[in-house]
Amino acid sequence: MSASATALAEAPATEGSLKVIQDATCTFCGCVCDDIDLTVKDNHIIEAKRACVLGKAWFLNHKTEDRPSCLIDGQPASLEAGYDRAARILVEGKYPIIYGLSDSPCEAQRVAVSIADWINGTIDTTTSVCHGPSGMAFQGVGEVTCSLGEVINRGDMIMFWGSNPAESHPRHFTKYSLMPKGMFLPNGRKDRTCVIVDVRKTKSAKAADIFVQIKPRADFEGLWALRALSKGIDLDPVQVKRDTGVELAVWQDLMHRMKACKFGVIFFGMGLTMTRGKHANSEALLALTRDMNAYTRFVAKPNRGHGNVTGADNVVAWRTGYPFGVNHSRGYPRFNPGEYTTSDTLANGEADSGMTIACDPMANFSEPARRHLASIPYIALDTKETPTTRAAAVAFTVATYGIHTGGTVYRMDDVPIPLRPSCESPNPSDLEVLTQIERRVKALIGITG
Amino acid sequence: MTIEYTKISGGTVYDPANGIDGLVRDLWIVDGRIVEPPTDPTVTPTKTIDASGLVVMPGGIDMHCHIAGPKVNVARKMRPEDKRKGEQIHRTNVTHSGTMGSVPSTFATGYKYIGMGYTTAFDAAIPPLGARHAHEEFEDTPCIDKGFYVLMGNNHYVMQSLQRNEPERLKAFIGWLLASTKGFAPKLVNPGGVEVWKSHQAGNVSGLHQKVDHFEVTPLQIIQGVARAADELKLPHAVHIHCNNLGMPGNWTTTLETMKALEGHRGHITHAQFHSYGGGDADENTFNSKVAPLAEYVNSHPNLTIDVGQVLFGETTSMTGDGPLGYYLSKVYGGKWFSGDTEMESGCGITPIKYKNKSLVHALQWAIGLEWYLLVEDPWRVVMSTDHPNGGSFLAYPQIIRMLMDRTYRQDILKTCHPLVRERSQLGDLNREYSLNEIAIITRAGPARILGLKHKGHLGPGADADITIYTPHENKEIMFELPRTVIKSGRVLVDQGEIREVLTGKTLHVDPNYDRDMEQGIQDWFEKYYSIRWRNYPVDLSYLHESEIVPMITSP
Amino acid sequence: MPETFILIPGRTSDQGCGISEGKFLEKYQREINSLQVAPGDMTRLGIVAGDRVRLTSEDGQVEVCVVPAKADELPVGMLFIAYGDISSKLMGGDTHGSGMPTSKGIDVQMELIRPAAV
Repeated sequence: MSASATALAEAPATEGSLKVIQDATCTFCGCVCDDIDLTVKDNHIIEAKRACVLGKAWFLNHKTEDRPSCLIDGQPASLEAGYDRAARILVEGKYPIIYGLSDSPCEAQRVAVSIADWINGTIDTTTSVCHGPSGMAFQGVGEVTCSLGEVINRGDMIMFWGSNPAESHPRHFTKYSLMPKGMFLPNGRKDRTCVIVDVRKTKSAKAADIFVQIKPRADFEGLWALRALSKGIDLDPVQVKRDTGVELAVWQDLMHRMKACKFGVIFFGMGLTMTRGKHANSEALLALTRDMNAYTRFVAKPNRGHGNVTGADNVVAWRTGYPFGVNHSRGYPRFNPGEYTTSDTLANGEADSGMTIACDPMANFSEPARRHLASIPYIALDTKETPTTRAAAVAFTVATYGIHTGGTVYRMDDVPIPLRPSCESPNPSDLEVLTQIERRVKALIGITG
Repeated sequence: MTIEYTKISGGTVYDPANGIDGLVRDLWIVDGRIVEPPTDPTVTPTKTIDASGLVVMPGGIDMHCHIAGPKVNVARKMRPEDKRKGEQIHRTNVTHSGTMGSVPSTFATGYKYIGMGYTTAFDAAIPPLGARHAHEEFEDTPCIDKGFYVLMGNNHYVMQSLQRNEPERLKAFIGWLLASTKGFAPKLVNPGGVEVWKSHQAGNVSGLHQKVDHFEVTPLQIIQGVARAADELKLPHAVHIHCNNLGMPGNWTTTLETMKALEGHRGHITHAQFHSYGGGDADENTFNSKVAPLAEYVNSHPNLTIDVGQVLFGETTSMTGDGPLGYYLSKVYGGKWFSGDTEMESGCGITPIKYKNKSLVHALQWAIGLEWYLLVEDPWRVVMSTDHPNGGSFLAYPQIIRMLMDRTYRQDILKTCHPLVRERSQLGDLNREYSLNEIAIITRAGPARILGLKHKGHLGPGADADITIYTPHENKEIMFELPRTVIKSGRVLVDQGEIREVLTGKTLHVDPNYDRDMEQGIQDWFEKYYSIRWRNYPVDLSYLHESEIVPMITSP
Repeated sequence: MPETFILIPGRTSDQGCGISEGKFLEKYQREINSLQVAPGDMTRLGIVAGDRVRLTSEDGQVEVCVVPAKADELPVGMLFIAYGDISSKLMGGDTHGSGMPTSKGIDVQMELIRPAAV
């Protein structure tokens, strides 16, 4: 076990006494707030100071699951038996896939990538059904971006496009983007203009100074109109209104403001990546951001969902060279979204065995993908029972990262943050489970050391 | 218990730090270190490596490359097309798979360095906020020892301390920052310029005397302040400087001013090639080499050292902590562009580039790099680098060695270049050829000395047993690209071109002594502006796996 | 007569909390089985809160319970549902070479099921 996984572990609370863990890190969403003060009583978190509604649900609902640490074919089994069976499933498959990882610390993600390498398997993360298309767009045009502290200190125009942080990232506004007083924005919210572009008037829209309601599936057209306007190209108002659902004058006013600001920021969400156009939508947004740097400073940032989905991108990239959807069947990494990504390997009926880590494809994937997953032997690691653990050949109930176990997570802006575990769990960590499986996989295929 | 010796017998040893220039010597190793030969003549080694007829040198040291951390990983993610057409690294029973291209994956990086006989490498530009990331990648970069330099030329606290004329505070901050990041040396990248980039469209500083707004300090003040603090902290490596105006025609005056500003202090000017250009007024036709006057200055100022940042022809990825430079290059090349600003600390620019021998500018850059090697008289003060991957890959070192040892070879390449290169640089007139001993200096003994690594870069007793054994060959590129045997920490990792065994390698870092009373002030400032908590910022020891604290020097 | 709508599945606070509380618990299940419909559409189609409707996409069919969208959150012609098991059943398996199935902006036909299940 990597020492870094346990470094920040503090002495567990003793029975009956209260213990406060300061500056604990919440891993529910990509904000990765690291300022949570947890009060622990009898190995249970009773207060999560500064946590948002999602963070409170994360910390406070967390209890030791009344489930065996390991189930084989739905029956309680020893961990040892589970590790053995898991390794055999992975080694015996001709097209094994490993998927998930966005709610695991980097230390465990690294072991998962190792296993994929040893078994000539495919490794993919929930990025492929989150901001995978943005990752592809990034490979097309690049990205102008910054860490969240830059937004706090400089961002005087804050835009959200296809993103609803009021529900998905509840502290986004107060901690990073709208409310904070920054070095060059001493009046906080008053010094910033907030623009929200969405197809729905979401909860977040209430926070906007300007809300632009575009036609569904017209994000690309809206972004392209702004790109044209940034370069002073005349547009036909009738066509713009027809294609985007928004008056040309509104886009012109928005572009005027974008050029006039000092440091603009566009946070974008799955409204772009999950809608028809996908990577083309993200690419239009990244290109627009780049264009704006001919006039002022402008940056973009995807609002990442899961606590360590950004870490998964980083770990997979540094180990294989590619960020997600990586296939090792030829003995070296190959990358092809749409082919090696999990929605595809399952829906196309290609994978013949697998392992899911901290994800729930049996609930979140398309019907053909679910049907195929249900038909192949797979291992599932999760902290709780899910439709995916129910259908698994081997299901491990694992300790929760950031609550029971330490390690490292990457915030949505790629800033790595350590975890401070607060409670103990009778279940093994995903790092422990994966390490044990890796050891057996190596033994089965004759790799020593 | 008997001592287990390994003996490398009968090799022709090049160990310039100990004055050994091609003499047949035996080397004795115990527990990963080189030791005195046993005095008892009856002692027999547990293992003997027959090196007769072979060349033995200390392991190579790359003192300036970009191999880990946030910006390197962004470059990997951004360029699948570069990786797909690169060499594929297959998994074996001892090694992981990986990908190459201009920015190799972590495992591939370690394997390629060790396969080339390099045993230590330093990443040159890590933002403190990304230090934890760099350490995580280091753990996955096997076979070599590693360290990194910490970006601080645009750090707000550095500039604020200078603005308030508080050198003691600056010194404490640098000590604290190096200790907190587990870094190795202070790095300045376009000092002051990146901060201007963050607040202005296409912002930058134009020279050493332009004030950075808000902080009202000049690049000159930053350079002098940090150089002084580094010396006073007695850091093993001096301030490591990427000068202002990188790549701009006429920038040699900025570089000369920077060198002059270092008077009285140690200073290392990195990738000097990119900073030695004549011309100006945005007129490409006047672009020319100004290595001669700069090298002359270096020759007469022993406080200065440089590494070259050699350009090689071909495609690569430019990556820099110099945000405005990234913007400039993206406009020149028109390809995809990444820019990332890190709060309070630094910036970053990445874009694909291609150096062409028929381009006058590129061919001049190539020639200017070689001029630096050939015009600095003292090989102990010039170090081989490509600023990997900026000028080219570290895998080009064997080719550069051949260019330095074989003037016919380099003149043949010169003939393929844009014809005006002969007029705008003096490379065609330089007949100097490096000896093997001099190559050993600029690739291992010199960088070890410049970095203050007393256990590396030599083969005397007490040195780390990081040893490369080469088969002599007339073509020095062939000789250096495929060592016969590479020994790291006393273990044979590479033999006959194959990796036999891997190890993680150590992280080299410093732990300076600084005024702890200053920490409260740093914390107050930190908590006001950073987006993460003070307690979650420092990298704790658990991230270091195997590591070594490199001691402070006794006097700068 | 079924009418075509554009369905937007997305995150909600209750859906997010439900993931932590337990996916088999009532709160989460209620959230992901509730379809938000614009009040204008409800009036026009004679749908009341609590009615059950059938949604049919090119790739699947689900039955869900109607809740009125708050104020002007939804324009007419658009439906919203919390992202989860139910919404995903309406997605196709094709990712169009992107790895990502089209998960938002799905054309669906909505028809009222009479009598409403209790």
